[in-house]
Formats: sequence, C-alpha cells, structure tokens
Amino acid sequence: MPAFGFQLNGRPVTVDSWDPAQPLLYVLRNTLGQHGPKFGCGLGQCGACTVLLDGQATRSCLLPVKSAAGHAVTTLEGLGTPEKPDVVQAAFIAEQAAQCGYCTNGMIMAAKALLAKTPHPSLDQAKQALAGNLCRCGTHTRILRAVMRAAEGRA
Amino acid sequence: MPAALSRRELFQTGGALVIGFSLRVKLSRAQATHGDGGAALTKPLDPSEVDSFLAIHADGSVTVYTGKVDVGTGLRIAVRQMAAEELGIPVERIALVEGDTGLSPDQGGTGGSTGLTRGGAEVRQAAATARQALEKLGYRPGGDIGSLIGGRRFNLKVDPKAPLQDPANYQVVGKPLPRPDIPGKCTAKGNYIQDFSLPGMLHGRVVRPPAAGAKLLSVDESSIRAIPDVRVVRVANFLGVTAPDEWAAVRAARELKASWSDWQGLPGSEDLERHVRESPVERDQVLTKADADVVAPAAAKQLSATYFWPNQSHASLGPSCALADMRPDGLTVWSSSQGTHGLRVSLAKIFGLPEAKVRVIYLEGAGSYGGNGNDDAAADAVLLSQAVSRPVRVQWMRQDEHGWDPKGPQQLLDLKAGITEDGRIVNWETQMWLPAATAGTRPFLGIDAAGLAQPHGQNAGQIAQNGDPPYAATPSPKVTVHWIKQTPLRISNLRAPGKIANIFAVESFTDELAAAAGVDPVAFRLRGLRERGNDPRALAAVERAAQMIGWQPRPSPNPKAAQGGLLVGRGFAYMRYKQAENYVAMAMEVAVDRAAGSVMVRRVACAHDCALVVNPDALRNQIEGCILQTLSRTLHEEVKFDHSRVTSVDWGGYPILRFPEAPSIEVALLNHPELPLLGAGEAATAPVAAALGNAIFDATGVRLRRVPFTVQRVKAALA
Repeated sequence: MPAFGFQLNGRPVTVDSWDPAQPLLYVLRNTLGQHGPKFGCGLGQCGACTVLLDGQATRSCLLPVKSAAGHAVTTLEGLGTPEKPDVVQAAFIAEQAAQCGYCTNGMIMAAKALLAKTPHPSLDQAKQALAGNLCRCGTHTRILRAVMRAAEGRA
Repeated sequence: MPAALSRRELFQTGGALVIGFSLRVKLSRAQATHGDGGAALTKPLDPSEVDSFLAIHADGSVTVYTGKVDVGTGLRIAVRQMAAEELGIPVERIALVEGDTGLSPDQGGTGGSTGLTRGGAEVRQAAATARQALEKLGYRPGGDIGSLIGGRRFNLKVDPKAPLQDPANYQVVGKPLPRPDIPGKCTAKGNYIQDFSLPGMLHGRVVRPPAAGAKLLSVDESSIRAIPDVRVVRVANFLGVTAPDEWAAVRAARELKASWSDWQGLPGSEDLERHVRESPVERDQVLTKADADVVAPAAAKQLSATYFWPNQSHASLGPSCALADMRPDGLTVWSSSQGTHGLRVSLAKIFGLPEAKVRVIYLEGAGSYGGNGNDDAAADAVLLSQAVSRPVRVQWMRQDEHGWDPKGPQQLLDLKAGITEDGRIVNWETQMWLPAATAGTRPFLGIDAAGLAQPHGQNAGQIAQNGDPPYAATPSPKVTVHWIKQTPLRISNLRAPGKIANIFAVESFTDELAAAAGVDPVAFRLRGLRERGNDPRALAAVERAAQMIGWQPRPSPNPKAAQGGLLVGRGFAYMRYKQAENYVAMAMEVAVDRAAGSVMVRRVACAHDCALVVNPDALRNQIEGCILQTLSRTLHEEVKFDHSRVTSVDWGGYPILRFPEAPSIEVALLNHPELPLLGAGEAATAPVAAALGNAIFDATGVRLRRVPFTVQRVKAALA
C-alpha cells in the first residue's frame, strides 16, 4: 500500500492509504485519531474539516492525502487542550462561542489563519475571513466576538 | 478516548464519574464490550421514582439521568443548575446522563422547547424529594451528602408536593455559568456521534435512488471490484455498502452502478403554492371562532393577502450519523436522535425484538433543530448491521441530508380583515392550508426501501398555532385550517413548527393594517394589546424592544428611506409563543440595495420574556441562534424539487446565512424568577421573518409575502 509522510502537529507521521486520492480528512480522523476536523459536506463548501496546511486554512475533505505529503498539517488537536487552550480556543471558550459546536473546528482554524496574517483585523475583515465557513446554529455574533477577543490577546 | 470499563467497574466507580462528558463515553464503551442491548442494566427508569433521576455516590458526587438531550442548546448546564439548587450542592459535583434508554427515564422527545419545562422540572422535583428525605437524615446544604446515602438508593416515589427552593434565595439558578461542553468542543474533545467507533466496526453508506419512488432494478457489483473489502447489501429496494475502510465505503457508494425505475410523482417546487391550494382537503377545522352575535363596526378599508412559506430543510451542518450493533441477544444503537426512547420503541417493533432487548444511547451530533435525518440513519445502520452481522457506522453524505431529511412543511395562508376609520381591526379571518397529521410515527426511509412493515404517520408538530393576532379585534378573529392529507415531501417538526410562517403572515398583515390606517406600527400594536387583555408582560416586551432600537413613532413606509444609494427602514413584530408561553418582541433595521436586490440586516433588538431564566448566558446564546437561523431561513432557504427528487442537495443549492450578513444583535431578558419557567429553544425564531418583512416594507414600500427573500425575488419585487 502506498505510504505518505507529513508533519502532524509538529511530529512526523507516515500513513498508508490504498488510494492516494483519499481525502486527508479520512486519514486524519480514522488513521491518526484526529477528531477536530469534521466531515460536513465533502465538497469544500462548509469549512467544518478545516486544517492548516503549512499555515494556510485548507479544506481537508478535498485535499488528497498524496498532496499533503511533505507538508506540515496542523489540526485543532495541535493548538491546545481544555486545560491549556491556545489563545483562539481560549477566546471561543470565554465568549461561549458554540452551540452544537460542529462548525467550531473550522471557525477556530480559519481564525488562526486570519490572525497569523492579520493580527489586528477589523470586524469586517473577520467577517470576510469566515465568509466561507458555515454555522447552522446561528452563533455568528459570538464567533466574531471571540475572533476579535483573540486578536486583542484577551484570553 | 478513555479505556473501556467493565460493568462491574462502572458501578463501583460511580463516585469518580464527576466529569460528565467522559461518563457517557465510558458507559457506551462498556456497553460496546458487552453488547447486550441493555437488558442487564438494573437501574430504575420509572419516572415516578427518585432513583430514576438521581444517583448519589459515596464521595458526595451525583449523577443525574434525563431522557431529554442537549442538542447544542445548553440543557446540560441548565438541568445541572436546577438539580444543584434543590440538592444544595455545587454544580460541578453533578454528572449528567442524557437520552440513554438503558439509564435515563423516558421524559418524551426533546422538542417543542420542553427540555427544561418538562425534563428539567421533573429532575428538579426528584431532587427536591431527595433533599426532603436527606433532611430527615440530618442533611444541611453544604453537608456531606455522600456519607448519608452515597451508593444507596432512595427507594422513594417522586413527591409532587416536595417543596422547591424559594426563587428569592436562588444561589445557582439564574447564574450565567459556562456550558461544560464548550471547552471540549473548542479543543477536539467533544464526544460527537461522528467521532464514536466500536471494535470490529464497519463503515456503511446507503445508496439512495435517483427518484423518491424509484424501484431498484439491478446492481452491477463488478463496477466496484477495484475497491477493497466492500460488501454490497441489498434488501428489496434498500441498497447499501459496508467496508472496514471509510473511504472505501464512500467510493463504493458513489461508484456502484445500479439501475432504478423511472418515477415522477412530485409536483415540483416551482408550482408548489398552486399545488397546495388545489390539493384535496381532508377536513376543515375552525380553531378560533368569531363571536356570532357581535356586529363589527363598519370598516373604512378591507384588506386581503396571501402568504406562503416553502419547505425548508433542517440542513444540519454535520450529516446524520448512527451506529448499530445487532446481535443475537439484542440491539444497541448510538444515535443523535432527539427522541431516543421513541426510536427504541419503533426499532423494536420493526425488527421484532422485545423493547427490553433494544437500547438506544444518545451521543451529540450536529444541531438537528427537530426531526432531521438522525432517526433514518439509525434505521439504516440497523439494516446494515443485521445484514453483515457486525457493528456498522452509517454516515450520511451531504446530498443524503439535504436530499432526504424530512422537511419542514410548506404553509399557505390567506388573511383578510378590515380597518375602521379610527384604526381598529374588524372581521379578521385567517385560512391556512396545512399538511394533516396522521396516526403513527414517521416512516423510516431505509425500512420502507427494505419492504419491512412500519407505521406511515405524518406529523410536523403543532403547526396551526399563532394563526390569530394577539390584538383587539371585533369580532374575535376566525381561524380555519384546511388540513391536506397528501404532501409532496416527507415532513417533520422543524424548529418552532409552523409558528414562524404563521406569525410571518399574521404580523406582516398586522403591519399592512397599520399602514392602511396610517398609524405607527408599534403604537398600533400597543393599542391592540391594551384593548385586549392589557397584559403587562406583553406591553413590557413591546416597549422594551422599541426602546432598544430607538424607535421613532411614524407610519410606514419610511418617508426618508433613501440614504447613500440604499433604502433604509425599520420593522417590528411581536408574538406570544403558542398564545400561551413566551413573550417576544423584535425590532430590526435593514438597508436594501434596490439595484442588487440585496437585503442587509443591520441591527436586531429582541425583548424576551420566558419567565424564570435558569442560565442567562446559555439563554442569550439560544436567542441569538434563533434570530440568526431564522434570518437565514427567511432570506435564503427553500427546498427545491423537480418531479422526481429534491434538487437542492448541497450548500450551493440550499444556501444559508454567511458571516458578512450577520447583524449586531441586542437581547433583553425580561426575567420573572417568581413564575414557572418556559422553554426558550424556539420562541425567538417566531417573530423574525415578520420583523424583517416589515422592515423591508418600511424601507421600500413593497410588501414581501413569500419566503425566502432572495436577491432575485427582492429585485423583481422592487422593479
């Protein structure tokens, strides 16, 4: 079976996949036990599966595992823990910015990518950065507050 | 993931189970190891017993069992708060088990905003009974509850007269305590059904037909020969695949060649309104009858209007998922169903098992907002598990959820009324065309396809409520429902069933009357409320929302609407949910781009009275969600179908609200701790569409009477 090597949350991993076109999402969830990225549409439309690929917010449901080979993948697991959350995670928790939470992974990963490029976004910039991420529960205003809070460095 | 516990360990470690979220998985894992359908569990489940709701452990921690489930709604913290208040212990000492038919009492499905009004209230009464008993043993709040009864049962009936804590002395209820599930959800530690797996499990996918009523003619298994370890399961017209590897199952379902019969039994969504009006009516029902002997004063103007609401999807962000383990000695199902107890009864009947041999365990999924595809996915998983004699996880794909979830019903309303010279409502009449409820539970897709016997009921919830205005009218308004037996798509309850569309019609039409009278819409409503009942809570809600948005009294439309290339306006709506529960008033500011047809909602102000507030922050989260989700339903959402099938099967065909459209939202909670609490998962949805339509009218002078207010529709209306 073909093997593919990449960095996962700073550690080198090698995974087998019978199909080199298998989306990275399934490899992350089923082979590597990463449950942060979620299956939402498999079409790149909703953002629930977002990971960082070399720092860029990327839809793992569309990315073939072979295209991840040699790159650095960061998942929600790679940011922090309930006890020691990363600054964006901490801001989401402080703002209670989730209802069902199924989209939360994508929101936090998209916010990480935004803040890496634009550390002090305007509210409009935050809205635009999240425009491709869908939330069905209607948590938009809290998520935006959390992103602005993280940008201010308030945990 | 925590290691599996044996059942013996499970019951011995009760005291260690204070972290409620690992508890559920441990229980499920333990169950997975044993796979007995739950028959051997001996915990009481009878809702008349205290022990059915509460277990007090030796270390003083408590496990609360509830049949209601948290679907992202905050029930988990609120039920804990209600139990903690009565028991006099910190909320952190309480673990919660939700919706596990082997452990939780049946408290009815989670719907209709009954999570706290029934679920929480029953737990609270059990806790009050427990405290009464503990006090006889010398217990005082803050005392050592574990040494008094830890590890033992109360063996007590719930005492409906056990005194509850005085709201004036509440320590825990009313506090904005953070939800315990959110840190896990932000750090990949959420225990979603989609994340759950069983040893030896196979991944399953179902191949749905290209037309809703098509029959399976043939299957060419050679078409997926190249995909490893796939098994094709065919039971009559049910077609599915299983594989140890999930991607193999996905590809196999996608690439399997099957031929199906032609079927064209749907009217098409383009012509749905006419189809509904011409559908055979099963029976007419007069809900509220005009007083026969009251003669209405003469109307200066007569108005009539037709409003229409299309089918909408629950459109869960994560498609439905379920696991089933069918064994000779019983069936265990893991599901995000909002009614695990009901699902258990249905599955037992269909598969010919005694109910005691079927256990359904709730695990949280993506928000469902009513009866989405979750129950169907569970039935799919059982069919596949039975066929392959292995535990099977079924994950619906995006097109399955959008295409096949049972839909919110279409609603057609005709309204007419007159307005007198002095601006009073006369001869109000509402007629509704609604799909009739029929006996029995909703059929499962997979079970029908497999040709197994099952009930074929139809029920979308209490969809005829709020068809009459809450304002003074002479004579009192008449509401007639024309119940239609046949409806094109399978339907189910979708958040605030029926009320959003009914209030859209009633509160838009109220605005039409106010405009015809040349009266300010808020003043019109306030007078109508004063002259009918003069309920101070209704008046308070209306006045508060108006004040929050900075409402300037004047009739609509806005004489100074044109501002910087846009048309701006404000709208108002008020309702009392089910005419008996929450009072919600809502005001909105919008800007309409006439050329583009786009509607931008700038501000929303909401005054919300659900009597006792258990957790104000969790409540605000729900209210904000109600507002944003219903803006989405009003602006964007309509299920499209042709003569064979639903065609809006992804987020392109069925768009929802996006971040750039999110307005600023201000919510005022009108708290009444002295009054019995009312559910709050739905009520704030109900006035949203009307407030938005009224704001667009104020901005443009054009009345929109059909949802969604898409760019194309707004553009056409303004042309």
